[in-house]
Amino acid sequence: MKRIEVKNLKKQFNTIEAVKGINFQINQSETLALLGPNGCGKTTTIGMLLGLITPTSGNIFINEQELNYKNHQFLSIMNFASPYVELPKKLTVLENLKVYGRMYLIKNLKDKIDQLVEDLNLKSFLNKRTGELSSGQKNRVSLAKSLINDPKILLLDEPTASLDPDTGDYVRSYLEKYKQENDISILLASHNMDEVTRLSDDVLMMKEGQIIDHGKAKELIDKHGRDTLEQVFLKLVREKNEH
Amino acid sequence: MNIKRSSSLMLRHFYLIRSSFPRIFDLIYWPTVQIILWGFVSKFFTMHSDYFNNVAGVILSAAILYDFLFRSSISYNMLFLEEIWSRNIINLFVSPLKISEIILALTSSALIRTMIGLVPAALIAIPLFGISIFELGLPLILLLFSLYLFGVTLGLLVTAGLVRFGPSFENVAWASLFFIAPLGCIYYPVEILPNWVQPIALGLPLAHIFEEMRNILVNQSVDFKNIYYAIGLNFIYLTFAISIFYKSFSSAKQKGTLVNIGE
Repeated sequence: MKRIEVKNLKKQFNTIEAVKGINFQINQSETLALLGPNGCGKTTTIGMLLGLITPTSGNIFINEQELNYKNHQFLSIMNFASPYVELPKKLTVLENLKVYGRMYLIKNLKDKIDQLVEDLNLKSFLNKRTGELSSGQKNRVSLAKSLINDPKILLLDEPTASLDPDTGDYVRSYLEKYKQENDISILLASHNMDEVTRLSDDVLMMKEGQIIDHGKAKELIDKHGRDTLEQVFLKLVREKNEH
Repeated sequence: MNIKRSSSLMLRHFYLIRSSFPRIFDLIYWPTVQIILWGFVSKFFTMHSDYFNNVAGVILSAAILYDFLFRSSISYNMLFLEEIWSRNIINLFVSPLKISEIILALTSSALIRTMIGLVPAALIAIPLFGISIFELGLPLILLLFSLYLFGVTLGLLVTAGLVRFGPSFENVAWASLFFIAPLGCIYYPVEILPNWVQPIALGLPLAHIFEEMRNILVNQSVDFKNIYYAIGLNFIYLTFAISIFYKSFSSAKQKGTLVNIGE
């Protein structure tokens, strides 16, 4: 089943074409990584998938239904986490989870929160204000918020940015486990190539609003005769710049 | 519209206020300072004016009602600004919350915040100056309702500006009521204004509300015509403000400004 399908998606801001007719799909239980240099159109693409930006043209299908920008019900099966978006700092972790659980109309919210607290190891700071937490703790709370509605589609924007290697590894391991157990589709935007190699089933390389290559991480490495995905990334980005 | 989903946003602000004494203090402090300040001004006029014998009651009641309007509008904007300042706004926009539910949550939360400020201030005025806005009787409810509608209308318009133009529109939020106050005829009758300005003032609900407040206190009678005009005008402005709010969301989505609103 196609969880997300994007057809000839374009976005133009005045004279700037931020996204130039891209096509891709994410199937059930699949993780697609979106790679590209800053300003390549990743954030705009994610914004359009979340209903934050109206496309200039093209179509987005969520669960094989065309996305209707006037009806936000599709958002009840999606969620989003990014270190650049925070939860209210003055509220405790528990209060934040209660607020968002209510917002997503979660039944048996207490059980759901208990489960997330257990899975993401939040117990020791559950009643602490979110603003007083370390980056790693905040990241886990943000992840808990993004899983509060058992999303079928999860959009992650640099989920482990600014985390120490240990916490980063914890988050990646948790995501791998969660995906296996919950049949979830993930769109991952990241600059961490090891993370992309580890977590993704498929990789889209974007540059200047276009998809310049795609395939499995291993396939891309072999295809371009490089040792790592980072080398492939640098080759593709610099190659294009030379033209 | 789902009340439970909307109430989640109210709950978020309830948690915020409950956990912060400075915020509660701020809500109560300014209305109280206003009342005390205007109470002394009114007392001075009482001792030195024979314009009418209830001058203190009129001025102080006007100050309390104006503060109610000010608080309801500013509270509305503050609730939205809190989301921007805490960089939480994207989390709200990517949730299934509808715009109507956001409006309902902000409107209800603003009322609670406003009442937290108004009630202590109104009660303090009774022993301190011997003046009670409750002397306005039952029409007080209609006057407050009308003021609240206008406060929400202004709040919606400023919030629409915040959505469309981002936090740089914040200054307008603070200044919005000062722009409109001179035309609102809060402390003086409409006739004081120059002739050509009077029709503009009468096009605002405020002039009718404060006109009626003075009428009740001075003439001890109620002219429901003023109240109906005020409520009627309020519904016209409120409908306009809601449509602007929806339009600004749509425009922000077209321009892509929602993504960067917290930055």
